[in-house]
Amino acid sequence: MAIWFARSRNLVSSLRHNLCTSTILIKRDYSHRPVLTTSHQLPSTVFSSPFVASLLRHESTAVEKQPDELVLHSDDQEEALQELDFPGGKVGYTSEMKFIPESSSRRVPCYRVLDEDGRIIPDNDFVPVKEKLAVRMYEQMATLQVMDHIFYEAQRQGRISFYLTSVGEEAINIASAAALSPDDIVLPQYREPGVLLWRGFTLEEFANQCFGNKADYGKGRQMPIHYGSNRLNYFTISSPIATQLPQAAGVGYSLKMEKKNACAVTFIGDGGTSEGDFHAGLNFAAVMEAPVVFICRNNGWAISTHISEQFRSDGIVVKGQAYGIRSIRVDGNDALAVYSAVRSAREMAVTEQRPVLIEAMTYRVGHHSTSDDSTKYRAADEIQYWKMSRNPVNRFRKWVEDNGWWSEEDESKLRSNARKQLLQAIQAAEKWEKQPLTELFNDVYDVKPKNLEEQELGLKELVEKQPQEYPPGFHV
Amino acid sequence: MAALLGRSCRRFGFLSSGHGARSVSTETGKSLNLYSAINQALHIALDSDPRSYVFGEDVGFGGVFRCTTGLAERFGKNRVFNTPLCEQGIVGFGIGLAAMGNRAIVEIQFADYIYPAFDQIVNEAAKFRYRSGNQFNCGGLTIRAPYGAVGHGGHYHSQSPEAFFCHVPGIKVVIPRSPREAKGLLLSSIRDPNPVVFFEPKWLYRQAVEEVPEHDYMIPLSEAEVIREGNDITLVGWGAQLTIMEQACLDAEKEGISCELIDLKTLLPWDKETVEASVKKTGRLLISHEAPITGGFGAEISATILERCFLKLEAPVSRVCGLDTPFPLVFEPFYMPTKNKILDAIKSTVNY
Repeated sequence: MAIWFARSRNLVSSLRHNLCTSTILIKRDYSHRPVLTTSHQLPSTVFSSPFVASLLRHESTAVEKQPDELVLHSDDQEEALQELDFPGGKVGYTSEMKFIPESSSRRVPCYRVLDEDGRIIPDNDFVPVKEKLAVRMYEQMATLQVMDHIFYEAQRQGRISFYLTSVGEEAINIASAAALSPDDIVLPQYREPGVLLWRGFTLEEFANQCFGNKADYGKGRQMPIHYGSNRLNYFTISSPIATQLPQAAGVGYSLKMEKKNACAVTFIGDGGTSEGDFHAGLNFAAVMEAPVVFICRNNGWAISTHISEQFRSDGIVVKGQAYGIRSIRVDGNDALAVYSAVRSAREMAVTEQRPVLIEAMTYRVGHHSTSDDSTKYRAADEIQYWKMSRNPVNRFRKWVEDNGWWSEEDESKLRSNARKQLLQAIQAAEKWEKQPLTELFNDVYDVKPKNLEEQELGLKELVEKQPQEYPPGFHV
Repeated sequence: MAALLGRSCRRFGFLSSGHGARSVSTETGKSLNLYSAINQALHIALDSDPRSYVFGEDVGFGGVFRCTTGLAERFGKNRVFNTPLCEQGIVGFGIGLAAMGNRAIVEIQFADYIYPAFDQIVNEAAKFRYRSGNQFNCGGLTIRAPYGAVGHGGHYHSQSPEAFFCHVPGIKVVIPRSPREAKGLLLSSIRDPNPVVFFEPKWLYRQAVEEVPEHDYMIPLSEAEVIREGNDITLVGWGAQLTIMEQACLDAEKEGISCELIDLKTLLPWDKETVEASVKKTGRLLISHEAPITGGFGAEISATILERCFLKLEAPVSRVCGLDTPFPLVFEPFYMPTKNKILDAIKSTVNY
């Protein structure tokens, strides 16, 4: 991370600011900051406090005991015998006027398993991934790359109207999907097609949706990339941001009431956490004790809005505790870390019937969409750094290769097959006719009401009278 | 305040539904007010479908208008529960629950507070089936919300926001006029396989009393009802406003004007045919609602009837509605489409 920090004026200045602030605070002892770090990252002096020492994490799957800002110091204890008996539980008193600081002195660390060179960091906690699974994960990450590349080009050639890549976020896409059960209900944002790919959505199915043809399950009604599959428990994407979060709480509650061995899993970006629905979703899931895994892809940018313009908190992970939700920050470009964190979160959600929040730190290497040129608002070397040095697919490939599970030959075979399949899928999708015109009027309600019957009849008469005024390929 | 006070003292037996009476056969029920009729419908809904849920702000103890009284005790806190104070959360949660095949009956405490949930209703609930090509739907969702004037509600306890929702393909908008109607229409809304916004006239919660059959019955959606027959002019309204319109009809009758009164009941999708047939007979149309006149649903009815009955009309369509101001507290008697305003408009239209 150091290289990147050095490049960012914003971050450097914010670090300076934080360091400076924390020095003052330590001197004056106004506040006792929680230290959310693991043992090997702390200087030994910190362990003089038994309270901090108790934070030592032994297993990544265990929930870290929360350091408590308001835990009593010895001189407070007498006063604390008196408590405020408040609805929801007793609250101890203190005579010290003490504000909780706006942030920790250290940022919440980022859980990872693989280093930048794809080597497992010693003494790490993670859920083991065996050869078969690892190879499949890698294959799907690489296939997602090929799919993004070819669809992006298809849009550039004018064959589809719009596209949006997941470049840079392949590990979150695939590793999270691999960690879930197929029965878990996914409520996606829109940059998680890899989850659908993992679950068995074929390249033809992706292509059909992007072309809005007769085989598109959405019947050509939505823009490209708005996939959905009932068969694969993947709710149809809608463009509005964060609306799926409170819905996920309701889905999770339904699974809980039906005593299903499954949870709801919902995705969101960093920008989405500013929406009211983010608050609504987390709060409802917490209060209703619904099994929901919230996965936030913090990729640094919401279209052109940098995270420094999005929030003042230490990212998203710290927001969990305010809602009474367990949370973890994970390196989103480390497939093994994402897999471990999502799998553990899912287990907690299902066995303990509670929501869990995961912040996956990543980077949107591509433009927001084909309608965006991100070089207008961010540095080319920043993009390049994440594309090359922190590439999640390359990193995972190194690990798989080092294990002797993957070769150069496998690589070229996979990519050339995926490319071939995609080109075929696109050619086939292009040839399909569109849905018949009557599908314009179906599914607004379960049964077509009279006003729509009238409008359909009127439109059909007009189209038959002046077909040249309308696009061809629609059965009237 | 005379007209308003008059309204609050009325009983509503004369507005009993002929239609409802047909569908509920000859069985008579107990005299119930509107909130009790709603309560009865919710009991039946929860009892008849184990996968139905009732939730919203303060519904656990019975709700601020007592509509959910006794539900949590009978059906348990897993199925009837309080939610955090967050309308977009309530509706979003309801969409998720409904999308899993449940019936989610949600309460928004006042229609004035439904706007934070507007995005969830308009962009999510309404388009859920359409955008997925019918792979998914949230048809089990019903959103109940008390609406309309109450005599002292001011800006934020009086609004009638129905027109906003009538501009949204994919949802249904239903407003009952009386206890018997409320029960039958609510049960239809809950069981309808489409998301429904169900506005309850809060002025009538306690004031309207009529015999309500105790058994499980439903009144069809998208069917208007002629609740008073007449020859000189057609009056169209919904919800609490029908009571005022009925009074105007009675006064007009004394002056020799015969009014036909139609309860639209479902505003989206609405029953054009019933209104059209009536206007073709009377040649005149008056629409009345509490919501501001500009962009109100009366404008839609007016335009449609002009298209369909142009040559039959003897006079311009008249609209007696709320003013284009926020709903005002002390000026409420002036703001409201009172009996006096309606009677005046009836006379001008008939004498045009």
